[in-house]
Amino acid sequence: MTLHQPDERPRQRPGERYVVGRRGAWSVRFGVRPALVLLAAGAASLLLALVGLVLGELGLSLGEVLGALGGRSDDRLTAYFVTEVRLPRVVTALVVGAALGVAGSLFQNITGNPLGSPDIIGFTTGAATGALVTIIVLGGDTAAVAIGAVIGGLATAAAVGLLVRSTGLTGLRLVLVGLGVGATLAALNTLLLTRASLVAAQTAAQWLAGSLNAVLWPRATVTLLAVAVLLVPAVLLGRSVAMLALGDDTAHACGVPVTRVRAAAALVGVGLVSVATAATGPIAFVALAAPQISRRLAGTATSGIAGPAVVGAAVVLGSDLLAQHLFAPTQLAVGVVTGALGGIYLIALVATETRRSR
Amino acid sequence: MVERRSRRSLLLGLVIVLLLAGVAASLLVGSRGLAPDRVWELLWHPDGSLESAVVRGQRLPRTVLGLVVGAALGLAGAVMQALTRNPLADPGILGVNAGAALVVVAFVAVSGVTDIGAYVWFAGAGAGAAAATVYAVAGVGRPDSSPVRLALAGVAVSAALASLTSAVVLADQEAFNEFRFWVAGSLQGRGWSELGAVAPFLGVGLVLALSITGALGVLMLGEDTARGLGVKVSRVRTLALLAVTALCGAATAAVGPIAFVGLAVPMVARALMGHDLRWISACSLALGALWLLTADVLARVLAPEEVAAGIVAALVGGPVFVLVARRRRVPAL
Repeated sequence: MTLHQPDERPRQRPGERYVVGRRGAWSVRFGVRPALVLLAAGAASLLLALVGLVLGELGLSLGEVLGALGGRSDDRLTAYFVTEVRLPRVVTALVVGAALGVAGSLFQNITGNPLGSPDIIGFTTGAATGALVTIIVLGGDTAAVAIGAVIGGLATAAAVGLLVRSTGLTGLRLVLVGLGVGATLAALNTLLLTRASLVAAQTAAQWLAGSLNAVLWPRATVTLLAVAVLLVPAVLLGRSVAMLALGDDTAHACGVPVTRVRAAAALVGVGLVSVATAATGPIAFVALAAPQISRRLAGTATSGIAGPAVVGAAVVLGSDLLAQHLFAPTQLAVGVVTGALGGIYLIALVATETRRSR
Repeated sequence: MVERRSRRSLLLGLVIVLLLAGVAASLLVGSRGLAPDRVWELLWHPDGSLESAVVRGQRLPRTVLGLVVGAALGLAGAVMQALTRNPLADPGILGVNAGAALVVVAFVAVSGVTDIGAYVWFAGAGAGAAAATVYAVAGVGRPDSSPVRLALAGVAVSAALASLTSAVVLADQEAFNEFRFWVAGSLQGRGWSELGAVAPFLGVGLVLALSITGALGVLMLGEDTARGLGVKVSRVRTLALLAVTALCGAATAAVGPIAFVGLAVPMVARALMGHDLRWISACSLALGALWLLTADVLARVLAPEEVAAGIVAALVGGPVFVLVARRRRVPAL
């Protein structure tokens, strides 16, 4: 497939620099530019987080916010709004964005396809089916919808996994079977939407757009812990997953257990998306765009783990700020903004690349 | 070699026979039960009766539309997948469907008019504008324009447009209600006027696509090889894109977005026909028409209340596709 066609490989830039650190048997090596990109994206996320804590109906200054964060605020209302209302929302946005970015990167690497994302194994569509059934058929509340979505997503991923497993887990077959299952469920979703009452269909459409409204600490904490746990195997798998880009044969010859790595990475990716989906509903396009944006900024051949995580976090948080304040008091769905923002940014990146390579 | 060719002809012949059966079924099946000989007679000799109006005014145009749109989507998909060498690239990846959807939704939200006949023009205009944006972003026509960049540009533009669509839809109930039915893709209530509006585009797309399949097949060997064999790479790619835009844009304008046909049909055709793009294209034409017509016939009979053909095409076609992908070795792109 097309991820690593010769004409797409980033050109070797003269003077590309690496930093290598050694201590005994251990060594780390990283490129200067990816590290700078990582720092810049991290700083941007931090800045956005502060903006998210400052902005809101209750006007606060940066000093008041910092004071409340440090627990030195005299005003109970200020402390409440900063630490109990705005902070969990900001934290959830960052964590969900990171989870989506990493999941997207894993899937793009194991399928060798720049259009790869957890959608391709039908997870997102399955989650939507679960949510739609809960909303339209069962009439469940928000918590039930989250549970229904995760069950739907996991069941779909498991079904695709079983269908692929018996015939061998190759990148192309995974893509094709996922495509077929996803399309079937997407049709089912459309059918449910056209048969539902207008009100139920609109509720479903709201959920499908994703939202961070009314996220408080309980949900934020659970999301944070779950994603933190899942990031450990993601980081450990990162290097082997990146080797898959060389092609199955080469990766195998280099000592990577190809099938096992692919299955494990898919599992971790699915786990990350299901946590994110349970927290906020499906937020469009982040999983697809974050790895591509990070890869293009860093000028690397494949997207790793850290880059997509930080970029994803910044995209979701930035989008949520726009969704809240752009047309205030009207609140947009965060998925609407991620699609527009991520889309426009990716357009700009591809367009500059086109112009530069002339 | 001879054996493989005869097997291919046999399979293609089989698809065409099935297609003819599909056409017959599409003319015969409907809420009004008509005997086959009566339908046959009315087709050639309209007698002004209600039954005659049903056959010549509803079933015939609907059948022709399904045939043409299905074939167009199949061919567009075959060209698109050969061009991007990506099995995830459906013809809608050029932003065609997203552009059409946005303009239709905006039209309903602004004017409040809900009229399928008017959607054709708006959807067509939206599809063309979106595709033009994607070309510009990806630098189509430049010597170094790459398919990966095209795919990414298409996905990015589509995502941005889809966001705007969902923003409109979440805010405007009327637009949402129209959108949820239009987006399913249906042949119901469509006829000669839609067909007439999009026919020129379909014709141009068909001619363009068939004129470059040979060169495009060579291009799949790799850019350098193709260039060495005398293929004008950049020109072939540009023409292929124009063909896909014309075919898919016209199809979407006529019946709404039916993405899965353009995705699945070329893959199944590839599994049946092997590597030769000319055979794949021919098979995709017939198979696309068969796929959509069958879906439309099933849409009429599956439930008491008619289901949209676009839904059936994926709901029934999806499992078939999974079966093919598991059972047969699909040649890599």
